[in-house]
Amino acid sequence: MFRTTFMTRHDLLGFAVLAVLLLLVLPLSLDVFRLNLVGKYLTYAFVAVGLVLCWGCGGILSLGQGVFYGLGGYALAMFLKLESSDPESTRIQSTPGIPDFMDWNQLTELPWFWEPFQSLGFSLLAVLLVPTLFAYLIGVAMFKRRVGGVYFAIITQAIAAILTILIIGQQGYTGGVNGITDLRTLLGWNIRTDFASYVFYFVCVGLLFVCLLVAQFIRRSKLGRILLAMREQEDRVRFSGYDVAGFKIFVFCVGAAFAAIGGAMFTLQEGFMSPSFVGIVPSIEMVIFCAVGGRLSLLGAVYGALLVNLAKTVFGESFPELWLFAMGLLFIGVVMAFPNGLAGLYQQFLGDRVARWLDQLGRPSRSQAPVALEGGAQ
Amino acid sequence: MFDYSMSELTAIFAMQGFAGLILFSVFLLMALGLAIIFGQMGVINMAHGEFMILGAYVTYLTSNLFAEYAPGLFDGYFFVAIVLAFLASALLGMLVEWSMIRFLYQRPLDTLLATWGLSLVLQQAYRSIFGAREVGVVIPDWLTGSYPVTDIVELPVSGIFVMVLAVGVTLAVALLMFRSRWGCQVRAVVQNRPMAGAVGINTARVDRLTFALGCGIAGIAGSAFTMIGSTGPSSGQLYIVDTFLVVVFGGAASLLGTVASAFGISQAQSTLEFFLGGSMAKVLTLMVVVLILMVRPQGLFALKVRR
Repeated sequence: MFRTTFMTRHDLLGFAVLAVLLLLVLPLSLDVFRLNLVGKYLTYAFVAVGLVLCWGCGGILSLGQGVFYGLGGYALAMFLKLESSDPESTRIQSTPGIPDFMDWNQLTELPWFWEPFQSLGFSLLAVLLVPTLFAYLIGVAMFKRRVGGVYFAIITQAIAAILTILIIGQQGYTGGVNGITDLRTLLGWNIRTDFASYVFYFVCVGLLFVCLLVAQFIRRSKLGRILLAMREQEDRVRFSGYDVAGFKIFVFCVGAAFAAIGGAMFTLQEGFMSPSFVGIVPSIEMVIFCAVGGRLSLLGAVYGALLVNLAKTVFGESFPELWLFAMGLLFIGVVMAFPNGLAGLYQQFLGDRVARWLDQLGRPSRSQAPVALEGGAQ
Repeated sequence: MFDYSMSELTAIFAMQGFAGLILFSVFLLMALGLAIIFGQMGVINMAHGEFMILGAYVTYLTSNLFAEYAPGLFDGYFFVAIVLAFLASALLGMLVEWSMIRFLYQRPLDTLLATWGLSLVLQQAYRSIFGAREVGVVIPDWLTGSYPVTDIVELPVSGIFVMVLAVGVTLAVALLMFRSRWGCQVRAVVQNRPMAGAVGINTARVDRLTFALGCGIAGIAGSAFTMIGSTGPSSGQLYIVDTFLVVVFGGAASLLGTVASAFGISQAQSTLEFFLGGSMAKVLTLMVVVLILMVRPQGLFALKVRR
């Protein structure tokens, strides 16, 4: 008998704690520069949450999430770039009115695929739809043919490599290795002020919660249970009459859409987008954010993204040499010793106590299985 | 690319074809080790490139040692270096298998992450020990210069040497896998681990040696790599995606497939390079490979195994 409640009290507490942390504690205690950094880290949390769905629940490890993050980011960056490249501010170029890097690469008119990005509506749609469609195509091609696991990981990684080489190689159309830089305004509104940073931070947190709630809904719904079942015994699910490929494609697309939102928020907060967020290394780092947080825990993924990035900034600045060691050992350690990451640790040491405390607070909690270990406890 | 005459095209294809042969040799050497580790054992070793770089650094050290202490024997240092590179990488591989991989055989995706971590650690270790700058070896006299094949096509001697090495290693691996008792055990373990164990094969030992052999071959690849390029701490990462694609494209468990796909990919890349430039050639080649893999996920030469 499965009673699928949308959210147990335990989940609710977790969401509330995260909301207080992100909406009250951090904005009140950090200056705007650091808050902007946190906002940047949070863009990776989108990817990590998507990976919890794909990898933790569905067992699909994608090493190409950077592709979707990048596509989302680039879609918005193209709009912002076109806006800041009006003929007036680019009049010193040999062809005014096109982005500066095109001018440097002897392009004399806007390429056709840049044209629609003049419109904000189209660009926002593109942020969501282009990566999702791309994920859909990859998903259809791979999952319908029952390619999964390791092969899927390698092929998504190859796609990440291809896209990076393509972006870097086609300088005139994409801005090359520097990416699309120098983004200044959104519909005439300066995105580089402190006020804008605050606004984007809260928009980012808001969107993150939307994504978290969608993910939570997917996990607690029947769909989420089928995903778990698929991860464990794909054939049995198939023989029970479910269209395994369809579910996989769906969850992969959701993951891609989340990553794309993250990428777009990154562009807004940082004011640029470059291929260094697309390739193999960033894509695999995104997996580690998810793994550190706990591949089965949505909230854990957010904390994982925050903590690993924080560590990266702190260590990376003061001991750049130690950082790669630390990162490497973190990978090995998490995989070998803590396969359930932070969420697993929480479950081991605090989870039961918190659950008991919640029970005493009100009437007995309806769910007996705590969230974070739900999938890992078989 | 269409305004070339027929004879020009032939010459271009011949020239790029020979250049592609060198690339083929490097791909083949790298992919052989991976084909053994990934194809036979199902372990994804993302640190494979770093094992290769270890071989390259060992070669660099050997060449420096010879130049310092035995300049008279310098001409022959490369043969010593290959053996040392093999041993160093194989030993490290054995250590890694013992300390990490053997706990992860049931979780292939986790091996991928753990070995990626290992690759980061190794990269940083190389950077701390050898410095961030790329190093190159002095190539002995007899390996420099080039050999004219036809009027327009000249092959560098070092390239020919790498090719011979690649063919030699491939033959040795094929003999080992299909004609030796050990190879028979490896194939038995691949096909059915519990049964192999039941008939008295020490599967843990077979695993360790197989992994070590794969890493050792990567070391040889690294050694050969010094002939054509310089070595930096993160050079290995550049090759890892290509190498995996070569192995997957060939059909994971098939040696012949690995050879064929290394040949196809390197030739395509090298020929396209002439017309489109390096990066687009690579993009196009990889894209075609990925597309073919989507249509035929089992690769070119699929081994039929009942599971």
